[in-house]
Amino acid sequence: MKKNLVPLIVLAALAAFPLVVEHNYYLHLMILFLMWVVIGSAWNLIAGYTGQVSFGDAAFFGSGAYAAGLLSHHLQLSAWWGLAIGGFVAVAVGMPFGWICFRMRGAYFALATLALNEVLRHSAAIAEGFTGGMVGILIMPTFVSKVPYYYVALALAAASMISIQWIVHAKPGYYFVSIREDQDAAESLGIDTHYYKMLSLAIAAFWTGVAGSLYMNYMGFIDPDVVFSLHDISIMAILVGIVGGVGTVYGPAVGAFIMVTVQELFRSGFFGLFEYLGRATGSAAVESMAKTITGAHVLGFGILVVVVILVLPNGIVGDWPKIRSAFSRNKIAA
Amino acid sequence: MAFFQVEKLVKYFGGLAAVNGVSFQVEKGEILGLIGPNGSGKTTTFNMISGYHRPTSGRVVFKGGEIHQLPTHRICKLGIGRTFQVVKPLGRMSVLDNVIAAAYSRAGSPREARGLALETIRFCGMDAVKDQLAKSLPIAGRKRLEIARAMATKPELLLLDETAAGLNPTELLDAIDLIKKIRENGTTIIIIEHIMHVIMTISDRIHAINFGQTIGEGTPQEVAQNKAVIEAYLGTDYA
Ligand SMILES: Nc1ncnc2c1ncn2[C@@H]1O[C@H](COP(=O)(O)OP(=O)(O)OP(=O)(O)O)[C@@H](O)[C@H]1O
Ligand SMILES: [Mg+2]
Repeated sequence: MKKNLVPLIVLAALAAFPLVVEHNYYLHLMILFLMWVVIGSAWNLIAGYTGQVSFGDAAFFGSGAYAAGLLSHHLQLSAWWGLAIGGFVAVAVGMPFGWICFRMRGAYFALATLALNEVLRHSAAIAEGFTGGMVGILIMPTFVSKVPYYYVALALAAASMISIQWIVHAKPGYYFVSIREDQDAAESLGIDTHYYKMLSLAIAAFWTGVAGSLYMNYMGFIDPDVVFSLHDISIMAILVGIVGGVGTVYGPAVGAFIMVTVQELFRSGFFGLFEYLGRATGSAAVESMAKTITGAHVLGFGILVVVVILVLPNGIVGDWPKIRSAFSRNKIAA
Repeated sequence: MAFFQVEKLVKYFGGLAAVNGVSFQVEKGEILGLIGPNGSGKTTTFNMISGYHRPTSGRVVFKGGEIHQLPTHRICKLGIGRTFQVVKPLGRMSVLDNVIAAAYSRAGSPREARGLALETIRFCGMDAVKDQLAKSLPIAGRKRLEIARAMATKPELLLLDETAAGLNPTELLDAIDLIKKIRENGTTIIIIEHIMHVIMTISDRIHAINFGQTIGEGTPQEVAQNKAVIEAYLGTDYA
């Protein structure tokens, strides 16, 4: 009972959030955070639990986003239908691909996802007649307010986490982790490793595609560089996964919160701090330094990963006992 | 029709014939010892039986059906379990979870899987370590976990690949006891073992190979007096 209490309180707090905070800016950040919970949980299932690291999550994210966008672009259907089919389109992209890659062991899957990511990005750019090419797809947002989007995102984040948590505690979960730990041993225990890797990929692709469809609906605009972005989607997904803790249920949520905050810190120039310093000191050097740092968010991500891997190799959730004991030891010393 | 048989099994790795025309049969309830010097093709034979390697030629027949084209997980489901000479613990899972993963091959529900796993762990005498991570076990524990995991798949035929290697004398006695218990349970066993007194006391029959070929077969007494076997183990001077 106690085990379920904390998640329920967090869920209730999140549900109440728009009632308390009406500021669009914070709602926007929270919607991004919830979207990244979905993507991070999905990445964690295939990479963290099943041990098949995906470097190209944007392939599934972009497929879901384009499924929603193209539906409304070509068929004048509401892009919300994309939420229903975006996940399945991502699964359709992932399955033939996984079927081939999972016959081989080692880094093939990881590298092939990277390739798939790039192939889809270029394809979306080249097939102008179908996708609008580099111009992208623009749709009319359904709601002016951010609140409806917030609740859709919250529902998806909760649904993805609950479904994935349920799966990892059932038979497939045992099989996924067995495959991660030793594929030969897993086979000897009667586990059809190819089938279960495909199953894990299907679930992960599904939720990542759904997140892509949500993005299309919410942002109202996509182009190949945005939704098939290697660093803003694929690498971000990996970061969300490892910062929070690979192979833990709540890791992706913690990782999503931290990474969206870090991303926003860089994007906004540390919430305008540099801009303020520049103005206050009147120094051109400070101003140009601020611009460089703001532009260097990929470098910032890289440093963060190195720090996390060195200090907390199991992520924040995975190493929570370690963090807690570090703090309590300080207290005793003081 | 024998319960289990391999017929003229051949396996080439490139130009090397690791197994070159091995045939033997096993009757239900029997313990067959498979012996031979290092590199003689014992593990390769197990790998062909359990579907890790496709035989270059020859057949593997279990309960009247050919199985040498089947994938490993299907062979497990048919009722052939195995252990690995180079142990393969699912390291970051507890001992219990290792065995639960195996039990799911027979169990329909989580409750059933857990029940079967706990029962198997008790049978194998691993109760005290069931909540430890598999990677934290010493070698004797890892060897035993190999057996427990295989047993949780409820095999009719169990392949044991050097499960007594690296054990101290006490652990060795425990291992022999466990193998006898498994046999009393009605499980047929093929066992690879280098430790001669283990294989001699435990086996009903012994099949000896060298350079991938059969050099003798019979009761432990017969094989112990077989000239080719003595030569293979001790060199021609002793024969
Ligand atoms: N996957 C493989 N690829 C190439 N050669 C292999 C492979 N597996 C085994 N061999 C070779 O086949 C031969 C038989 O090896 P095998 O492992 O079956 O011997 P073994 O009888 O089990 O020996 P040991 O008592 O040392 O375990 C050896 O020469 C080995 O080097
Ligand atoms: Mg061997």
